[in-house]
Amino acid sequence: MNEGNFPNVETAWCPGCGNHGILTALKGALTTLDKKPHEVLVVSGIGQAAKLPQYISTNGFCGLHGRALPPAAAAKIANKHLTVIVHSGDGDSYGEGGNHFLHNIRRNVDITQFVHNNQIYGLTKGQASPTSDTGYVTDVQPAGSNNIPLNPVLLAIALGCGFVARAFSGDQEHLKAMMIAGIRHKGYALVDILQPCVTFNKRNTYQWYQERVYKLGDDYNPDNKLNAMEKAMEWGDKIPLGILYREEKPDFHDKIAFLQNGKPLVNLVPDLKKIQGFMHDFQ
Amino acid sequence: MIYNLLIGGAAGLGMETLALILEKILKRKGFEIFVVHDYMSRVRGGHNFFQIRFANEKIDSHGDELAGILALDRVTIQTHVSRLKPDGFIFADEEVEFQDDRMYRLALKSTAKTIGNPKIFGSVALGAVLRLFNLDFSSTEDVINEKFAGETARQNMSALEAGYRLVTGKYEIAANKKDGQILINTTEAIALGALASGLKFYSAYPMAPSTGIMNFLASKMNEAEIIVEQAEDEIAAINMAIGASYAGVRAMTGTSGGGLALMVEAVGLAAMAEIPLVIVNVQRPGPATGLPTRTEQGDLKFAIFSSPAEIPKMVIALRDPEDAFYQTNRAFRLADKYQIPVVLLSDQFLADSTRTVNDFDFSRINNDRYLSCETYSEAEYRRYEITATGISPRIIPGQFPGTRVLIDSDEHDEYGRITESATVRNAMQEKRLRKMSYLREDIQEPIYAGEDQADTLLLAWGSLSSPVKEALRLLNASGGNKYGALLFGDVWPLPDQLLKEKSQSARRIINVEQNATGLFASLVQECTGIKCAGSILKYDGRPLSAQEIFAGVNGGESA
Repeated sequence: MNEGNFPNVETAWCPGCGNHGILTALKGALTTLDKKPHEVLVVSGIGQAAKLPQYISTNGFCGLHGRALPPAAAAKIANKHLTVIVHSGDGDSYGEGGNHFLHNIRRNVDITQFVHNNQIYGLTKGQASPTSDTGYVTDVQPAGSNNIPLNPVLLAIALGCGFVARAFSGDQEHLKAMMIAGIRHKGYALVDILQPCVTFNKRNTYQWYQERVYKLGDDYNPDNKLNAMEKAMEWGDKIPLGILYREEKPDFHDKIAFLQNGKPLVNLVPDLKKIQGFMHDFQ
Repeated sequence: MIYNLLIGGAAGLGMETLALILEKILKRKGFEIFVVHDYMSRVRGGHNFFQIRFANEKIDSHGDELAGILALDRVTIQTHVSRLKPDGFIFADEEVEFQDDRMYRLALKSTAKTIGNPKIFGSVALGAVLRLFNLDFSSTEDVINEKFAGETARQNMSALEAGYRLVTGKYEIAANKKDGQILINTTEAIALGALASGLKFYSAYPMAPSTGIMNFLASKMNEAEIIVEQAEDEIAAINMAIGASYAGVRAMTGTSGGGLALMVEAVGLAAMAEIPLVIVNVQRPGPATGLPTRTEQGDLKFAIFSSPAEIPKMVIALRDPEDAFYQTNRAFRLADKYQIPVVLLSDQFLADSTRTVNDFDFSRINNDRYLSCETYSEAEYRRYEITATGISPRIIPGQFPGTRVLIDSDEHDEYGRITESATVRNAMQEKRLRKMSYLREDIQEPIYAGEDQADTLLLAWGSLSSPVKEALRLLNASGGNKYGALLFGDVWPLPDQLLKEKSQSARRIINVEQNATGLFASLVQECTGIKCAGSILKYDGRPLSAQEIFAGVNGGESA
């Protein structure tokens, strides 16, 4: 595979982990988009997926568990020239960071989130995640998880997310295409990436996914929200991959004239004369 | 001459507007002013009041004794009449039932009704106040026209004029007309200081009494070209500010104690990842929700120690609006210089007290960013390069083609790569903490006030500086003992030179604090071994006044 500007680095991931394929697809996507490493910022929280910024030669922000989205959105607001991508796992993105997931869809900053969704906590060694199936047995949930799994794509569509896609780490070409489409989308974009955990998740294996996933065809129209929600609810024997929903809408920068039209915030020099004039308010 | 007026009533009666108009009129006439706002955590009803103290001499603080009460309801009189001077006055509507010889029953409501706007009866009372003090209408019309438009402005002017005719003059006070002054509270001064420092990104979650910072900054968003983002929670607020700062802009977040509690993990991130950050904590009484609209200095140690493990950090307690403006600029500069979190400690008393101060001097603003002047290619740049000072060269992500800025909340090597190496861990922890010893070179000693060679030394920090200064004047005027005070702004790291020097000559040291356990005295003892012999503490949520400090010191004297 062509790594372009992004050379290989040794990783701490398990052999056979879906993360390897996701990293390769990301490098491919950035190369196709002709991005240079210094133009890209990859932000993560904590977890196995969240180690990704360590393994790619872009700018990297390995923040706190569950807190990848807030600094990612803010970095994009501070410097609109950066291509900002969030990589983190399902626990980080939908559990610990659930509130930020909800509100950054509403905020609609032009960033792209790739969730490595393996339906399990890997780094803490195999507890149920927000997306684990009901009844899924772990050391902490010996009688099986009692909770209803969170459906991230359905939730994102319901919240008005402008780009919602699902991919599978076992299909790199399709994954790369989804990544490219997500990065190109103006505004917040979510790609939920189904990914087996070869060490801890003995249920949702490569084979389990291979038997169920299928790609949405040309006859599928991602512009219709109700159809998209119906499609997003498909889970079990058949799991759809592809762009589930797409809607062009103004993003965060579009709504603030000086952000949209001017230089990036980081290049603005404060006008002290003008600020000194604010003292008139206190006469 | 100093006069202390109280305007009180239920929330929703327009008192805030009324107080603002009177403050502005008095300010423009050239008086020195100190206003405190006391309000309940509710939108309608309850009892709220403003105390407007004005003088033709310098005043540092609010006062307890009242020259007059402007009561919009009966509760106001009942609550505050005990503080009214024997020759004081009460203005109330003729229908308010209360027996007191000092009371003027005025046709406030009926006059307002005649003018065609029953809601503006407070303006009728303001007119009467101006007359009572023999103050003319200069600056009044300007203030009214800035506050109101069209018909409402005209009605308010009529109300003031009608009120003017309801009473006769009683007091004489000539203002010392002084140019170059502004009337401002500490919240606005922090916001202005941040703007002057080139703040570009402010993220916060609304929480009394810190919300005023966000309000003021938001009102200047387009003019100053800054982003003010209301975050989904305090955790997002601080992580956003850190992300913006990483990307290269000056960023700040603000909250109160409960919000800072939510931010704690990220305070550690800023220290670990060495990302400059300014955090404002406008204290209110806690713990938990506490008293949302009242004041306390209960977060001193929490602000200093709020992070897991051991981190380099600086905490500056703000003394007054003037101090706040310059210290906010200094906080940004030192956060950038040492790549650390800097906490500014304010409190509800500072947030909700407005005073006249000299115009801020923008020539004193220093916006050095301490970014690396080098050009880097990938092989050369080490974000966490080990240096003698512990400070590593900082560049902006995207600044140099071929160069990455990798930061990490995990322990990391000089390049920002995760490591579990014991050697690297030690080197990195020592490097980060080493910054604290260099930071000491930038620490400011406390202000010393009062008599030289004092036998009684008061220790105070932050907002109590002003009332303590006024208390010292009362104490030293009372004859006998000599009193002095150390008024701390920088509290962490704790400056100790002047403290050691002054404590040697003092016979007795008393800490004056708005908390229940004497947090500062305990910090002083921990850092220097110096013990306070007595303490004046208040933790009921109401601001400590000079008179209370005076009484507390004298009480301690006789005991």
